[in-house]
Amino acid sequence: MTRGLQTALARLQGGWQSVVVLVPYFWLLLFFLVPFFIVLKISLAERIIASPPFSPLFQWAEDGALTMRLLFDNFVWLWEDELYVETYLNSLRISIVSTILCLLIGYPIAYGISRARPTARTILLLMVILPFWTSFLLRVYAWIGLLADQGTINNLLIFLGVIDSPIRLLYSEFAVYVGIVYTYVPFMILPLYANMEKLDLSLHEAAADLGARPLTTFFTVTLPMTLPGIIAGSLLVFIPATGEFVIPDLLGGGNVLMIGNVLYGEFNANHDWPVAAAVAVALLVVLVVPMMIYQRVQARESGI
Amino acid sequence: MSQVNDAAAGHYGDRPWLAPGAVPFIHIQGVSKRFGDFVAVDNVDLEIYKGELFALLGGSGCGKTTLLRMLAGFEEPSSGNIFIDGADMRSVPPYERPVNMMFQSYALFPHMRVEQNVAYGLKRDGVPPAEVRRRVEEMLAMVELSDFARRKPHQLSGGQRQRVALARALVKRPKVLLLDEPLAALDKRLREQTQFELMNIQDKLGVTFIVVTHDQEEAMTLSTRIAVMDAGRFVQIGTPTEIYEYPQTRFTASFIGTINMFEGTVVRDGGGLALDCADLPMRLALPEHFDGGEGQQITLAVRPEKIRMSKTQDAGGGAVVSLPGKVRDLAYMGNLSIYRVEVGKAVVQITAPNQRRLDQREITWDDEVHVGWDTASALALTE
Repeated sequence: MTRGLQTALARLQGGWQSVVVLVPYFWLLLFFLVPFFIVLKISLAERIIASPPFSPLFQWAEDGALTMRLLFDNFVWLWEDELYVETYLNSLRISIVSTILCLLIGYPIAYGISRARPTARTILLLMVILPFWTSFLLRVYAWIGLLADQGTINNLLIFLGVIDSPIRLLYSEFAVYVGIVYTYVPFMILPLYANMEKLDLSLHEAAADLGARPLTTFFTVTLPMTLPGIIAGSLLVFIPATGEFVIPDLLGGGNVLMIGNVLYGEFNANHDWPVAAAVAVALLVVLVVPMMIYQRVQARESGI
Repeated sequence: MSQVNDAAAGHYGDRPWLAPGAVPFIHIQGVSKRFGDFVAVDNVDLEIYKGELFALLGGSGCGKTTLLRMLAGFEEPSSGNIFIDGADMRSVPPYERPVNMMFQSYALFPHMRVEQNVAYGLKRDGVPPAEVRRRVEEMLAMVELSDFARRKPHQLSGGQRQRVALARALVKRPKVLLLDEPLAALDKRLREQTQFELMNIQDKLGVTFIVVTHDQEEAMTLSTRIAVMDAGRFVQIGTPTEIYEYPQTRFTASFIGTINMFEGTVVRDGGGLALDCADLPMRLALPEHFDGGEGQQITLAVRPEKIRMSKTQDAGGGAVVSLPGKVRDLAYMGNLSIYRVEVGKAVVQITAPNQRRLDQREITWDDEVHVGWDTASALALTE
């Protein structure tokens, strides 16, 4: 009798467990998969002057048959027009270089924080997170003030006598790199820190004890053991940086074209929703590849 | 120099420190280590000879691990010198010292397979690959882990990891192997088995072992000599037998094993001296080795297994102490029993082998008994 009740309760609990698991799946379905299929649908449509400005997927033909039209024109267009391919490549190049720069800057910072005394550690971490307390736009505008021809940096350099006339900093690829690296370096530091904090210091001592000099210890012990953090941080920088459009727009000033700007232009200036959707779908494909690599690496890490 | 030591070892076996003209292999000279205001190691001197299995024994925070870390080179002494095989180790980094360490946590590289872990030190020395492979195989065979060479550390049991750590530290053929609580993470049975393995390996390779441990049993069975440490200083250095049978201080006596202690004043009693202990109904005869005088405050210490107990007046004859008492408590340990006997106001602990089965034993709760010991078995401790 009691046992029957217990199994019934257990079953009910099992039911609740599956509900809990289902909620995030439902969330993803509603806010990721459904919008994605809407975008995919639009990318396969034709631009028309109407509202909404694209042809419907299903249409009643004159003979009463329901027809579905899938136009791959937009993707062919993306491939054939050099602008898009070049912009994709440019975006990838900028985000890859930015990711490497973030890694080179973020790695020593994360290492320093993880080796600091516990009290100092909290303060240092806070300083990494602190910029998030102000608006992202505001921070990018602040860089305009710093990098402009009459900006702080040029004025300071002229004052110090290093240069005679202002050097071009703003509206260049350099400014875009500054903006991206500045914005995304915390996304590199935090996963690296989380990884390094767990690093067992006695492993370094063991390596030294076995005859490894500090540099050898770094390459044979520290680096391989922080690889999961490096991969996580690099993806967190690389993926959003590839789709970035605010920073190249504000700091590149139209001189630096990234795929986000093209997408924005197609959608807002040209009102060509189908091409804009195709750009977005293609971008997703470009970004899904590194994500899948990451998944495989993770699966292998936990598998063995 | 090493020839002198080898010759000495030949004659004196496992007691190289007794050999005439023996040169210490490790010489610790007035070494102190301070962390801020805290003195971890306080001006210690120590000489360790080649082929010894030397134990640093003490409670947590006594400075034993700090001393070991100074030998490995992870800490620099605040003052004093350390010599290993005649060479001054001052500002010699860990990776250039002729010592290897087995860490308490084992510190195996989790991203490397067992064979890679063992090969790590050899590769750093630039040993040719073929020889690396040969020596790794040889070492893994010695610790009986040949079948596990391709596993990663997290796929091994605690005992296997311990053996990998040992193999990794020994494969470089260090002059000295430092072991930090080598058996602490193992369960009791595995610990006993590993103890003997460690001793066999040490015997086979002739490497000098320095073991840090808080476990007195481990120190007793493993080592040739023990240094008992307390508050950054050596309390006593000696063979396990010396430390157990002839502790020089109350600290050593109570730290190693259990011991009954009676505090009192030395008084003249008949022809000789005796101890007048306020808690006991009668005076205690002092052992012959006592060379103090009347009026001195001392502690008489007797090990529980050296005390006899009988229902009749003990007729041991000769120099025997005998006291009347009553059994208050009894603990059955299987092979032996622990009796707690009330004598006057004191409680005397006695261990006796269970020569008969439990239900047939002579003495049980609330029995009136006489407890006694040979005066020579007792120790008069003045500090």
